[in-house]
Amino acid sequence: MSNPNFIAFKTIARREVSRILRIWGQTLVPPAITMTLYFLIFGKLIGSRIGDMGGFDYMDFIVPGLVMMSVIQNAYGNISSSFFGAKFGRHVEELLVSPMPNHVILAGYVAGGVLRGLMVGLLVLVVAMFFTHVRVPHPFVMISTILLGATIFSLAGFVNAVYAKKFDDIAIVPTFILTPLTYLGGVFYSVRVLPEWAQIATQANPIFYMVNAFRYGLLGENATDVSIWVSYAVMLFFVLALGALGMFLLKRGIGLRS
Amino acid sequence: MTQPALHVESLHKTYDNGVTALKGVSLDVMPGDFFALLGPNGAGKSTLIGVVSSLVNPSSGSVSVFGVDLIANRSEAMRMIGLVPQEINFNMFEKPIDVLTNYAGFYGVPRAEALLRAEKQLKAAQLWEKAHMMSRTLSGGMKRRLMIARAMMTEPKLLILDEPTAGVDIEIRRGMWKTLQEVNAAGTTVILTTHYLEEAESLCRNLAIIDKGLIIERGPMKALLAKLDVEGFVLDIDGELPSQLPTIAKVEISTPDSHTLIIEKPRDLPLNDLFDALASAGIKVRSMRNQTNRLEELFVRLTATGRDALVPRAQDAQERPA
Repeated sequence: MSNPNFIAFKTIARREVSRILRIWGQTLVPPAITMTLYFLIFGKLIGSRIGDMGGFDYMDFIVPGLVMMSVIQNAYGNISSSFFGAKFGRHVEELLVSPMPNHVILAGYVAGGVLRGLMVGLLVLVVAMFFTHVRVPHPFVMISTILLGATIFSLAGFVNAVYAKKFDDIAIVPTFILTPLTYLGGVFYSVRVLPEWAQIATQANPIFYMVNAFRYGLLGENATDVSIWVSYAVMLFFVLALGALGMFLLKRGIGLRS
Repeated sequence: MTQPALHVESLHKTYDNGVTALKGVSLDVMPGDFFALLGPNGAGKSTLIGVVSSLVNPSSGSVSVFGVDLIANRSEAMRMIGLVPQEINFNMFEKPIDVLTNYAGFYGVPRAEALLRAEKQLKAAQLWEKAHMMSRTLSGGMKRRLMIARAMMTEPKLLILDEPTAGVDIEIRRGMWKTLQEVNAAGTTVILTTHYLEEAESLCRNLAIIDKGLIIERGPMKALLAKLDVEGFVLDIDGELPSQLPTIAKVEISTPDSHTLIIEKPRDLPLNDLFDALASAGIKVRSMRNQTNRLEELFVRLTATGRDALVPRAQDAQERPA
């Protein structure tokens, strides 16, 4: 296809993928090592003492959450560091002076974040196979959830990068918002083990819906704490809301144009 | 009627901090021109270029490129512009070949075509042997040449260069002048801002001088230079100067040392009259050069802060494009 906007989109996506592969020691290896330790310590050592969680072996239960956690963190981290780096190094100006429309810029960077999320998700899934038997009863749910989750957090990372004025600013959100939401989003436990007030509070956490939808895809309908359709509705809402915010920021040139 | 390559109408820009950088700039640059945009530091040159290249949002006014409105039809207008900014703004962690091919890709140039163009531009910029090295390892002059090569990747109809030769040595600067003259000769309209006024005088046919956010002078280079009524010369004297210097009507003579005369004379006074008067006073002139570049003289007269923007004139006094 020789549509100029599609060529521009492919160029940004290719540049992002080559960046991910060029610095693979920072982008692909750390999540694989971290998740191996999670599987070993939480899954094997501690998990064997915990027993079942939500009707599943604890190791099986945490695999979907840990895969989703890796996808979310890496999609977010990719776009926030790459786009802020482009702002900091001023080569974002190459994009801003080009004829490509704003939605192509956003889509190109989001594609980069999603592709890194997919690469890391696949790596973690492969690592998980060394510890448990991974089945995929609902592959469409698994794939669509991982794509939606990676898209949401790529968009969130983009918004963070647009507002960031220094490198510290792209570390604040992952440290103080993303990590707590991930750990409290049902990665390591079923929400049913929580007191009622905490169950209600968890429903305000978007990561809860992603983890549960992904768990549905990997373990089946009995493994979720919430309806798959509610999860899809929440994820689509965040895609649309953050996508609209990203477009608004680009159109107004906030943090990008004087 | 021919559409201007660049048409700027009543452009105003006030930044969020309250600084008004442009106070109603209007400007036309015709197709094929080599146009100089001059002004002291903080005059509004970079803001004007920022608006034209869509990096700065104007407060009011309009800009069109070859008749295409920049606000209403941004994509089409930007497709015709190539920009060489003042600051290095490519990804230092990419190779020059990738910097160029990616840039072309952003403009919708297919990759196979972009690779061919990149080879051509890198060879023209004498950077082909550096094509696969990390860009951050390039010297300052190479980085500047890479930015020109990058701008040419999209074959722009209007090339805007914001101080492209700042900080590069004379040999490289001459090479860049030659490149720009070739680009212009091939039909590309070129707009140049520079602090090297010799450069502007040598390369450009038309100019505008901007100061404090307003265009204070514009027109053909020759016509503007003709407005200068006084010109200055530095004369190196053979032997010691006499104690009594000759008095010549309307001519100011000063002596920075005992072997040098600085003379400011009306343009219409023939040099022969000057030399006759000096010879009668027993002064033998060994050599002579312009005190300042003529455009520099005009610039200083028109802008109150002009001298702050000038480079030391000794550095480039005899430079001309090769």
